[in-house]
Amino acid sequence: MGCWNRSVEAMPPDELREIQYKLVKSLIGRIYETSKFYRRRMKEQGVRPDDIRSLADLGKLPFMYKQDLRDNYPDGLFCAPKDELVRYHVSSGTTGKPTVVGYTRRDIENWSESLARAFSSCGIGRGDVLQVSYGYGLFTGGLGVHYGAERVGATVLPTSVGNTERQIELMQDLHTTAIACTPSYLLHMGEVAERMGVSIKDETDLRVGFLGAEPWSEQMRSRIEEWLGIRAYDIYGTSELSGPMFTECSEQKGIHIWGDLALVEVIDQETGEVLEPGERGEMVVTILQKEAFPLIRYRVGDITILDDAPCACGRTHPRIQRIQGRVDDMLIVRGINVFPSQVEHALLEIPEVGRHFQIVVDRKGALDAMLVRVEVSEEAFSDKITDLMMIRKMVEHRLRGSLNVGVAVELVEPGSLPRFEGKSKKVVDRRSL
Amino acid sequence: MEKSYIIKQISIFSENRPGRLAAIAGALRDAKINIFAFSIAEANGFGVVRALVDRPEDAHRTLTDLGFRVSFTEVIGVRMRDEPGGLSEIAAVLGDAGVNIEYAYAYSGRDGAVLIVRVDQVEDAVRQILDCGGELLKASLFQ
Repeated sequence: MGCWNRSVEAMPPDELREIQYKLVKSLIGRIYETSKFYRRRMKEQGVRPDDIRSLADLGKLPFMYKQDLRDNYPDGLFCAPKDELVRYHVSSGTTGKPTVVGYTRRDIENWSESLARAFSSCGIGRGDVLQVSYGYGLFTGGLGVHYGAERVGATVLPTSVGNTERQIELMQDLHTTAIACTPSYLLHMGEVAERMGVSIKDETDLRVGFLGAEPWSEQMRSRIEEWLGIRAYDIYGTSELSGPMFTECSEQKGIHIWGDLALVEVIDQETGEVLEPGERGEMVVTILQKEAFPLIRYRVGDITILDDAPCACGRTHPRIQRIQGRVDDMLIVRGINVFPSQVEHALLEIPEVGRHFQIVVDRKGALDAMLVRVEVSEEAFSDKITDLMMIRKMVEHRLRGSLNVGVAVELVEPGSLPRFEGKSKKVVDRRSL
Repeated sequence: MEKSYIIKQISIFSENRPGRLAAIAGALRDAKINIFAFSIAEANGFGVVRALVDRPEDAHRTLTDLGFRVSFTEVIGVRMRDEPGGLSEIAAVLGDAGVNIEYAYAYSGRDGAVLIVRVDQVEDAVRQILDCGGELLKASLFQ
């Protein structure tokens, strides 16, 4: 099974829980001292570090929400001195303000360690060429996987996203054996390769895909595996946690969450009550060893089921099932998180169009296409087609700027868009996964 | 003087899908508004319907009340001979007058043919066209 860190990955569950308790205890002690925000939260909840006397007492601690990250923009939640930060990543928030995540050197090391274990559990290591087709830059995907792959001794091919034909040429010429990207981008690559007359299955060395950053399904996995002749593994993470951190192992039966790095609870979304393993609910994450940007009982918003039974691979760390949805209205378009509230916020700044909108997400070929329908305002309506086309271009440009993902805009007649609040009509998702 | 030749055209935003022209034309019919001329300009997904009607103010109000996005646009109507060469003659006049056409459409009726033109500097254009011997429709025809 090729463990990267066997003594940790296969440790007896009791021992793991003991380590988790110690880590929680020291985390809370440290955070109570260094985080004004979390100390206030704990006081409001009437809980002190001393009240944590067992792992179950974690449930006494208050939750953290996405809203908290926004309210404390840019670095109000950081708990490490500025000069110890070695990196920032930035992701889009629910409205205008993004979320900034800072990392100390140790944070980067733990993140890489997490992925090194994950890659090893899928048989990727020294001698492999891992093509990183996640975006590099503020997005955590590219650099996160990059560091993890280097840690495990693989050769990294940092292609980032786009320029697909060149990616396929390099995949052939440099003998890529594994790729990390969104599942839809891999399907797109498959299509482009076929148009180039290249069979990924028969004419490349690709044998493993780490696919994530957007929802996908078992059907999609079967299709990708059969068509491209690879094993496709689910990879999970969000920028708040650090970035992509966890994957399935070669068993493909759930994503291993390294218990010494992160503690996952699944709760009832309404009551906040912690559910038993096997019950479906909202995932809550505590990152146990994070220095710069600790997360305690953070409500990621993903829906899953926890499985703490030992895995056939021999690893004892708990697993989560493939993400089954969201508790909020977040969409994932080409791997980028999009909240309808961001669109609303952006449109308020554009007087040429009204504040009503509808988002239509579809899949054109393998890739997501996002359309935003808006109404031209009375003042901006011109009978010159070129003026209207310029308005459309301008809105596309502005939305792209605030969402970090390409958007097509359609101008519609006034009054034709849904007026009432609520997700059901504001977002039409036609993708079938 | 130039103003008396400036005609109020109504322009209506329309999505590019079946039934939209019927909705506009139906509304004008119900308000007993007569359409002299109209054209449709299209971009992908949407279009603009432009019309010369006998009662532009009423048409604007009627369509706006129904929720349409409507605006007035100033255009001019250049008379043409309704026979071969008519357009060529007028086009030459506009060219000589240095008038740049943004868009144009035409109709031919009982009183001959008319080229409806949207230009940038409408008052200048009116003066130039008249100076070059062109004949323009009076705006009073359209109230």
